[in-house]
Amino acid sequence: MATEKRNKEEEEVKTDDGSPKIKPRPIVQLGIFLVAHSPVFSVVFSAAGVLALLILPLLAKNTYISENALMPGSARSMLSNRDVSDGSKLVKDIKNYRLNHEGQVQKLVGKYMSEMVAEVYYQKFHPEGNQFHPLHFFSGPDSYTLLDNVSCASYGVNVAGIIRAPRGDGKESIVLVTPYDFINGGDYEALSLGITSTLFSLLARVTWLSKDIIWLVADSRYGDYRPVAAWLSEYHSPSFKVSDLLKCGERNTADNFRRAGTVAAALVLKVDGRSERFEDTLSIYAEASNGQMPNLDLINVVNYLAVHRQGFYVKVEKVVSLLSSSWLKIIGEIFEAVGKLAHTLNPDWNFGIPVADYLEGSATLASSLYSQALGIPTGPHGAFRDNQVDAITLKVSPRFPPDSKTRQHDFFLRGARLLEGTIRSVNNLLEKFHQSFFLYLLTSPSKFISVGVYMIAFALLVAPLPMVAASLYIEGCKALTKSTDNPTENLKSWKWLDAAKQVFALHLFGFIVTLLPYFICQVPGQHSPSNRSIMWGTTSSSLLLITFAAIPGCSPFTSRHHGTHWAVLKSVTISAAFIGLCLMSIINFATAEIGALLLVPTCLMAQPIKPALRSRRIKSMLGAFCSMVLLTIGFPVMFFAISKGLFGEGLVGLSLGGEFWTWLESLWAWKSATYLYIGMVHLPCWLLCLCILFHPS
Amino acid sequence: MASLVRSWIPLLILQSFLVAVAFGSKEAEQFSEALLLKPLPDRKVLAHFHFENRAPPSNSHGRHHHLFPKAISQLVQKFRVKEMELSFTQGRWNHEHWGGFDPLSSMNAKPVGVELWAVFDVPQSQVDTSWKNLTHALSGLFCASINFLESSTSYAAPTWGFGTNSDKLRYGSLPREAVCTENLTPWLKLLPCRDKDGISALMNRPSVYRGFYHSQRLHLSTVESGQEGLGSGIVLEQTLTVVLQPETTSVETNMQPSWSLSSLFGRKVVGSCVLAKSSNVYLQLEGRLGHESKNVDTEIEAHKLWKNADFDLSLKPDRVLRESSGLLFIFDIDKSSDSEPFDLGLNWKLPSKWSCQQAPLQASRFLMGSGNERGAIAILLKATESQEKLPGRELTDGRCTIKANIFQIFPWYIKVYYHTLQIFVDQQQKTDSEVLKKINVSPSTDKVSSGMLEMMLELPCEVKSAAISIEYDKGFLHIDEYPPDANQGFDIPSALISFPSHHASLDFQEELSKSPLLSSFKEKSLVRSYTEVLLVPLTTPDFSMPYNVITITCTIFALYFGSLLNVLRRRIGEEERFLKSQGKKTGGVKQLLLRLTAKIRGRPIEAPSSESPAAESSFLSTKLIFKIILIAGAAAAWQYFSTDK
Repeated sequence: MATEKRNKEEEEVKTDDGSPKIKPRPIVQLGIFLVAHSPVFSVVFSAAGVLALLILPLLAKNTYISENALMPGSARSMLSNRDVSDGSKLVKDIKNYRLNHEGQVQKLVGKYMSEMVAEVYYQKFHPEGNQFHPLHFFSGPDSYTLLDNVSCASYGVNVAGIIRAPRGDGKESIVLVTPYDFINGGDYEALSLGITSTLFSLLARVTWLSKDIIWLVADSRYGDYRPVAAWLSEYHSPSFKVSDLLKCGERNTADNFRRAGTVAAALVLKVDGRSERFEDTLSIYAEASNGQMPNLDLINVVNYLAVHRQGFYVKVEKVVSLLSSSWLKIIGEIFEAVGKLAHTLNPDWNFGIPVADYLEGSATLASSLYSQALGIPTGPHGAFRDNQVDAITLKVSPRFPPDSKTRQHDFFLRGARLLEGTIRSVNNLLEKFHQSFFLYLLTSPSKFISVGVYMIAFALLVAPLPMVAASLYIEGCKALTKSTDNPTENLKSWKWLDAAKQVFALHLFGFIVTLLPYFICQVPGQHSPSNRSIMWGTTSSSLLLITFAAIPGCSPFTSRHHGTHWAVLKSVTISAAFIGLCLMSIINFATAEIGALLLVPTCLMAQPIKPALRSRRIKSMLGAFCSMVLLTIGFPVMFFAISKGLFGEGLVGLSLGGEFWTWLESLWAWKSATYLYIGMVHLPCWLLCLCILFHPS
Repeated sequence: MASLVRSWIPLLILQSFLVAVAFGSKEAEQFSEALLLKPLPDRKVLAHFHFENRAPPSNSHGRHHHLFPKAISQLVQKFRVKEMELSFTQGRWNHEHWGGFDPLSSMNAKPVGVELWAVFDVPQSQVDTSWKNLTHALSGLFCASINFLESSTSYAAPTWGFGTNSDKLRYGSLPREAVCTENLTPWLKLLPCRDKDGISALMNRPSVYRGFYHSQRLHLSTVESGQEGLGSGIVLEQTLTVVLQPETTSVETNMQPSWSLSSLFGRKVVGSCVLAKSSNVYLQLEGRLGHESKNVDTEIEAHKLWKNADFDLSLKPDRVLRESSGLLFIFDIDKSSDSEPFDLGLNWKLPSKWSCQQAPLQASRFLMGSGNERGAIAILLKATESQEKLPGRELTDGRCTIKANIFQIFPWYIKVYYHTLQIFVDQQQKTDSEVLKKINVSPSTDKVSSGMLEMMLELPCEVKSAAISIEYDKGFLHIDEYPPDANQGFDIPSALISFPSHHASLDFQEELSKSPLLSSFKEKSLVRSYTEVLLVPLTTPDFSMPYNVITITCTIFALYFGSLLNVLRRRIGEEERFLKSQGKKTGGVKQLLLRLTAKIRGRPIEAPSSESPAAESSFLSTKLIFKIILIAGAAAAWQYFSTDK
């Protein structure tokens, strides 16, 4: 279809060539042509954008180790049975310790660490860290304000041990994190301590270390993320002022925080649940805040070692409900057929993949896009990424129950070997991770789509916006010139000013709405999330009414003859949406992609409903209906509900407002840029589309 | 050059030797070797090789020496070096376990990589030139990239913070220099017996480099004779300090491992270097037995010192010295021979524990902030347990204080904001006037000179911890200023923390022999410790970028010049006229072709068609599409059939 268009285009240029008239420049000509046929092109481009998104699983490339220095798996593992028995002993001791309530488990872990000739220290932290403050939105992790009056009632204690590299210069370090709930940690969780202890016992003996190793046992009583973030903030931006927290508890856990150079990489190890498969399962979590990803090489190394050396079944998160969706299956079958056809034409064309692979790939891709778009880290590794350290979370599920002794030995050996190999690879690195990709989407643990490929889908999706904006502007100008006879009013270049005023007012409104939750949180008294969301909704709508009343020409309900033409308003709206989406694609691509999927059709379809109803033609009626449906879906709360339904969680009806509030609260607590996008780009554009829909033209 | 050639003539060498023997100068050149062994509390053993070579002030030798290395004397003469120290270090000195308040650690705990400082005896204006030449000479002499210290951005001229007060002092360090045998071999070449004989024969490369710490040091100083006409004498001190882990089979973790020289180094000493005036092995046992019997009268009690319930030595010491914190056993290796090699062993029988004396404050340094944003450098000083026992406290205005000097060099791309200096003492922020006694700052100049900070803190004696933080911004380097592995980050050299009112020395109760090692220990040395090297990640360009930049620039140039030429060349009127004329007649080549086809077909030349241009164009376009489809079909068919085979 697109090629045909191009042919046509060329033809037209050719015919113009032949004529003796002065021809305009080819670029200008092309622009005029595109603008003139914008409805067709917008449909073509949007469809191509969606199609490009759908064929992304086909375009995924196999991962490869980009940095030669990593050399994963080239060294023989040095783990011995002695190390494993150390690990098993720790697990057993923790169990007994917990049964007999002999005191702090941290002390026990610390004792084990110091027996392995590591430098041990304990760090106290306060569980509350994430506080929403609109002004601190994009500031770095060092903006943690120390609470002045810290109560000793609740605080966590992290244990950390450092092994100094025997001949190293101490400039760099590698961090191993095992979150463990010291109060009510399960048996599975203790296994992660066993694996790391096995490894640590080995690392204390080896001579090949060039980077120091830090083992952090994070007190996950208050969540996985917070203890790690607290430790990192103490590591990177300590406060030298006196802290009240030090006075809590025993005195011997005094301030003796130790450091070991710049952190090169970090691995978070968790063991949970039993594997559903025959093999032990390893899940890799990589998404950090705002869609940041660790360097692909880190994932590659872990994946390579886990699959080819230790025989784990490696997986990444996927949207399970997509696996059984029939429409995706049909698309997959079509692609498979096309791929087969292409293969028969030329055996070198091997882009076709089986339906099952396609389904897996798209489910993983969807999950990858979703977690990146959400902007909330998927594990404690997010805290490292906030400090520009590459980190991933490895979640291991053994295939045996936690009390099986014989299996445990083998499990420890393999888990520790995996970590040993990874650490050895990172230890080999002379430079920091920089060779491989930072911008990518995963379709399986060993397949990725790089930024150059996935950008195409977004570019195609937003490409119609400027075209349509230009064509609408021309149309609107013409209409205005016709309607007004006074030639003095026909200052052509200022036609957009009224519309721009309206767009600006609504964006300002969006900005205020974005900041409102901060003030609502300041309202004294305990309120349930639903109450808060109602407060937010009422204040926002009253604000909206005030905006409409205060700024003339803004309201869609006042019928005025010399108001802005809807085409000009739509043109400016589309331009604003275009700018917003492009800006967002730089900050968080996945958000922009999903946002574009929603916003682009809504913006393109929006047109006044009155003339459509008046005309009583099927085509315009259909258009009006489509735009109404799209607008309904586009409302953030509505979309939230639909996506919840899609992800397999039931709709909750009345408590929806409350849930939406909680969801948004989590967004801003994690400093997700998606929150800003919803408030400052999506909401105003949606409202403007609503204005166009009810425009009295 | 001529002199160099001449020196190789054996006759002259022989002659000079004969002359020297004949005159028999009273103060001859002296060489002495010594090895100090010291078990460390963390189950490791420290071995400290010490070689001293003295060339007395005399003019009788001329340019020739018997024992003293010629290369060094030439260096001293050429660059007029008054004092110089060069060290090559690998690994970190563990101040906590290996001590920080004894002469051994204050002199031999060096920063990672290469450190060089020198005091010159030249006019102030020539100091920098001499330094630059010296770095090049040393670079060649020791197979190391010391010549990188030549650039003015890598060295500094400390005034008082370094400990030596001289305005002709230059200091520089290269934290990233890798140290290996290629640096040790030229260093050994300076010894009269190389590593062929005597104590240096122990230096088995694999065992020396297997250690946890390895520092090879060369210190030279000139001694002014004071007499007219006489040159200056040179004292060359070469030390190698290694910390080794004895291999142990026992599983008990609190038991000290037993070792012997042959198990540590894989070699034994077979006799001393014949050129050495003295060659001794010392064994220092710290922190224990010092409090036992005060006077050794009888043979039995002396025997008890080295063979007792705790440990025994495999050889009988020639002498036993006592000092305030331990014992020092002295062995003379002259007696050993090929048949009876000297293989000192220490066998522990009971678990024992002791601790080393530590510096009053333990220093650590770290970076604050992460990533490519601005950050801060923080130096943390923590009181050690032994702080209260130490001498060297001063009373100023009735307050007991500890003085600490901090000397730090900043590379120019670390742009330090000196006004952001914050000092916290015991977690209370202090104003500068409260704790800062002296400060000297020389800011860096971009790409010209490095920055330097010297400050003297005066802390109260009961201080628990002190922290100093200073903010910096990261500079941008030019693309060709990046080193090959730019993505590793950039190093900030170690800071030097010294305690001007604390001096470390060993005081022996008995009178000393004339051993140079012991006399150097007896001298009071400034207590100093180096902090860690820091790694700052700077913004590095994508080094494949030049290619992209070139392509983009080329594209832009092409577009720009293309359109510019177009505008300049084009004349609208001319073009119209040309188009009109083209409409009337076709080009010569085309006409020729037409005629040719006509001849082939055997038909007369068709007159230019008078059809409407629109029809013609549509006709042409369908023809064109047909052609395209034909070609595409042919291509597809060809592709299909060609690949099938």
